[in-house]
Amino acid sequence: MSEAQLQSPIVGARRIETTALFARYATLIALVALIIFNVAHPHNFLTWQTLSVNLTQVATIVIVGVGMTLVIATGGIDLSVGSLMAISGAICARIILGKVVNLGEIHFAVAVGMIAGVGIAGAFGWFNGWMITRFKIQPIIATLVLFIAGRGLAQVLTNGDLQPLKIPEFQWIGLGRIGALPGGFPGVPVQVIIMVALVAAAAYALRRSLFGRQILAIGGNERAARLAGVPVAQVKRWVYCISGLCAGVAGLVVIAINSSSDANLVGLDMELDAIAAVAVGGTLLSGGRATVTGTLLGALIIQLVRYTLLANGIPDDYAKIVKAGLIVAAVWLQGQGRS
Amino acid sequence: MKKNVVLSLLSSQGVLIALAMLILFGWLRYDNFLGLFNISTVLRYNSMFALVALGMCFVIMTGGIDLSVGAAAALGSVVAAILSPYGDPHNGTGMLIGALGGIAAGLCVGLLNALIIVRLKILPFIATLATMLAARGAALALANDQSLSVSYDSGFTDLGQGDVTILGLAIPIPAAISAVLYIAGSIILNYTSTGRNVLSIGGNEDASRLMGLPVNRVKFLAYIACGGLSGLAGVVLASQFGAGQPIEGVGWELFAIASVVVGGTLLTGGVGSVGATLAGVMLLGLIFNVLNFENGLGYIALSAYWQSVIRGFFLLAVVILQSQLAGRAERAEAS
Repeated sequence: MSEAQLQSPIVGARRIETTALFARYATLIALVALIIFNVAHPHNFLTWQTLSVNLTQVATIVIVGVGMTLVIATGGIDLSVGSLMAISGAICARIILGKVVNLGEIHFAVAVGMIAGVGIAGAFGWFNGWMITRFKIQPIIATLVLFIAGRGLAQVLTNGDLQPLKIPEFQWIGLGRIGALPGGFPGVPVQVIIMVALVAAAAYALRRSLFGRQILAIGGNERAARLAGVPVAQVKRWVYCISGLCAGVAGLVVIAINSSSDANLVGLDMELDAIAAVAVGGTLLSGGRATVTGTLLGALIIQLVRYTLLANGIPDDYAKIVKAGLIVAAVWLQGQGRS
Repeated sequence: MKKNVVLSLLSSQGVLIALAMLILFGWLRYDNFLGLFNISTVLRYNSMFALVALGMCFVIMTGGIDLSVGAAAALGSVVAAILSPYGDPHNGTGMLIGALGGIAAGLCVGLLNALIIVRLKILPFIATLATMLAARGAALALANDQSLSVSYDSGFTDLGQGDVTILGLAIPIPAAISAVLYIAGSIILNYTSTGRNVLSIGGNEDASRLMGLPVNRVKFLAYIACGGLSGLAGVVLASQFGAGQPIEGVGWELFAIASVVVGGTLLTGGVGSVGATLAGVMLLGLIFNVLNFENGLGYIALSAYWQSVIRGFFLLAVVILQSQLAGRAERAEAS
């Protein structure tokens, strides 16, 4: 036997390891590469203004993506998030505008509106989980029900009309900034802080808490988890409820930014953006392995690719095609890393 | 025993019974509900969804899913609109060139889906989500972000707006095309080895592979057929409404999935019926029609927005009923 033959398996093993390593950090590498590319091109990329615009645009996708990551971690999917955003926005706007009951004091009305919007979206999320666990309906079909009916409900609530909402006390969550400095630093947008807080909380919960371990156990092997005493139905209902709550928060941010609530448009295609962010971020779509920070990175990559293309004069239509290629490449690469 | 017979009848023919009841309700309640004009309008409009749902039905029976159908239809409509000025109105080539172009565009999307799913082994859900974005982008880029008017001189619009006379009845051309394709689909599913393989693969892909069935080839065929049918739906869209519409077709994939599920096809694959899918499409389509008639009577004034609410809860009722029946069947088998 020659020396080359003896060595070949070792060389092969090392190569697989490199691929695995590359696949593992592919999202991070891609993000760094994108940032370097943008810094090298003179489009004022490294200004607080650009960074802030990109972060505010990505915030709602990440907020929804946090809930979606948890849902996908259990092996499920939630198609209803966009419709729940519309419902949350419609309800919140109607309460703040005093169309339901007159609440008088504006701060009180804003508080009630926000709690009601997010709470009802969460309740619908719970309903998704209830259908999935009580009737053993597949998640994609169960959430399809609210995907279709939810936007209709929001449109019925508002009669399909655009509701102008120019209330500074409320719009703070979409337009406000925290931590402005006298030296010209305008502060961090409020929704970016919400986004970071949610990502941190979910990442911590997924890694360290019992609830997080139960989610991953269910996604990995639901039967085994049930036999091991994990309260599968209860955990799943909470996960879909959290996804609904996240969608509710994102709905409020969107209507605050737009200064209006439009049930026809709020959250349209959001489920696809959120799922794409989760997939590019490295969460296993069949469940059992999830990373919330990965979802944040995934959303940032998709956003940065779009920004890079637009900044270099390539139309948005082609950006869609590139985004498609990106999703396929990311998921394929992760598959290579595992096998 | 008697109860079981009723239940199995309900589960297999549930959608047909619901459809018959809705038609009966409409016939008794509204004048002209079964008038020729209404029937022809409903058939003409819903044939687009029927075409998309037929392809979706086959894909779902293999255990997959195709989210790109709406975008593929939009791309098909744009390509058909671009090609519509060519051809001669007198010998039908005007229709043919546009139609072939649109179908070819859909086939390309289907081929891409098949390659990504079978060769790269990526989950159908995420693969077709990506091609959905790509097809939408391609449609918008081809049409310069606006709807493209079709040519009215080449006879292309006859495809969507014209009728064929069969046995003295004027049948809308898109409905006739759909009917032919549904019959073909039903024959393929029930009487060819490819059709049986579709169900076998959906039932258990690993077992089918071990048995030596051509799993990859059948999956390829299913996704390509689904893409081609979506492209054809886009052709019908363009010729019916006189324009290639790059932003149309949003949500079609979910409407098609809902129709297939209402028709009793299991989303996990392995079980399905082409005819029941057609009944599912008609059922969801007729809900809108009945709503219009009800508003016409003047007792109630439900806005068009209610149709999606009603459709959603209809879907809910059907899937809950199905899950209850499936649970009973499982318990009956176990005992």
